[in-house]
Amino acid sequence: MTGRAPIDIHPAPHVHGGDSVPRIMLHVVIALLPVCAFAIYLFGLAALATLTVATIACLLTERVFARDEHSTLGDGSALVTGLIYGLTLPPALPLWMVALGGVVGIGIGKVLFGGLGGNAFNPALVGRVFLQAAFPAAMTGYWLAPLGSDRFVSLPGTTTALPLLAPEGAAVDALTSATPLGDWKFAGAETPLLDLAFGMTAGSTGETSALLLMLGGLYMVAMRVADWRIPAALLGSVALASAALHGLDPERHPDVMFALCSGGLMLGAWFMATDPVASPLTPAGAWLYGLCIGLLVVLIRAFSGQPEGVMYAILLGNAIAPHIDRWLQPTPYGAGSGQS
Amino acid sequence: MAEALEELHAETATERLQAGLWRQNPILVQALGMCPTLAVSNTAANALTMGLATAAVLLGSALVISTLRETIPRQVRLASFVLVIATFVTITDMLIEAIAIEMHRALGAFLPLIVANCLILGRIEALASRRSPRLAAMDALGMGAGFICCLLALGAVRELLGQGTLFGIMLLPERFEPWVVMLLPGGGFFALAALVLAFRWVQGHADVVERAR
Repeated sequence: MTGRAPIDIHPAPHVHGGDSVPRIMLHVVIALLPVCAFAIYLFGLAALATLTVATIACLLTERVFARDEHSTLGDGSALVTGLIYGLTLPPALPLWMVALGGVVGIGIGKVLFGGLGGNAFNPALVGRVFLQAAFPAAMTGYWLAPLGSDRFVSLPGTTTALPLLAPEGAAVDALTSATPLGDWKFAGAETPLLDLAFGMTAGSTGETSALLLMLGGLYMVAMRVADWRIPAALLGSVALASAALHGLDPERHPDVMFALCSGGLMLGAWFMATDPVASPLTPAGAWLYGLCIGLLVVLIRAFSGQPEGVMYAILLGNAIAPHIDRWLQPTPYGAGSGQS
Repeated sequence: MAEALEELHAETATERLQAGLWRQNPILVQALGMCPTLAVSNTAANALTMGLATAAVLLGSALVISTLRETIPRQVRLASFVLVIATFVTITDMLIEAIAIEMHRALGAFLPLIVANCLILGRIEALASRRSPRLAAMDALGMGAGFICCLLALGAVRELLGQGTLFGIMLLPERFEPWVVMLLPGGGFFALAALVLAFRWVQGHADVVERAR
């Protein structure tokens, strides 16, 4: 794909490169497995239930909308969407909300746009942004403390709330721990860097471990299923912009390593911004796209009322991706030379 | 000329009444008057008031303009239409302020803005200014009723999901988790899209049945 050197196009016959949607999706799932396993280790049954319900909701929605000969269930794209979507959710979110967001993500975010390849926005994030708008309190408050003592024994009371109903007040009170970004923004407290890098913090189910996410991302880059330019531009611009802000006012703005390892940045940069459908096609476009998302992330984190902005930044990046493609359309060989 | 047109589009009053309710529904098919549709359909009561006010203005202006259609010079017709519409909007605005001041506050600028609702000017330019008052009135009634029905459906869905209530009465269980998004403008788009989807689906099936006959 975009990861290769300029290609010479020859007339037929051509040799098939062996790339296929199921192969790409398989590599993404492999890259996600350590992240999922760590999430279950960290948050226990709650993470397992969230990931399972998210995946099943996405698969079922895909099954219902695209039946018979149009079925795209087998290509694995809905499975990947379901896993990534589950990883972005707070671990103690009521399971009925998890299911609802999955239906919205695949149903509205993907199938209504024409299925795989037609979606303008990352379906996992469409599901998440719907939940964020519909249930803001749950989406910004239902965190679990990492390594809770009874995490493999019982589910949190909020997880098992009955469909369409709010959890018991006592169950909500039992939840703890703001996320590292929330701590920084609202309490001015900094989380130790080692905890951030290894993921021993509260946060969305699969966003905590920066190192595992990076490992999965590098695997995808090595397997050429993700364009390395996008995470490079995204993380690079976040690093530069954070360094500039931290230099100006170290009291208000966290340092570069904190900015890179906290929140959903790693998950978003490696697994969501690189969605081949919703990102630009050309190498220059990928750089510009990553840069825009990175700057938006820093802008939202630093100057909005919300502690985290990766989701909105990527969705806005998806929105400008077609325009980037139009601005940076490569010139065909030999064209344009006669015009000057 | 005018009579030839009338001849060409010979439509009965009943057909005009039905058109607004279904086949040419102002919201679902013509997509007219989207601004109030999305902005004030967050509760059923707001939606119903807005629908009734718009329908009343439409009916009044359609009747007056249809009666005066031979008198209004063609060159200044739009200005004349707006003048008539604005008169009825002012009357409606003052009426609602007198009857229900709270509702008047809730609807805010959207009541005076009925004057700019393209549904009203559209129906008057397309039909009322060319037809008899009887046909114009039936068309206005049909379009008004279609507008009210859609607005009410949107308002009911958004209020029920967004607050668990309908006309302020709690319908869902005490611990219902409200979908905050449905009260926000985004929820208006979701509900409208779902309504249009349902309409197209039903209409598509009806067309298939009709073609099979």
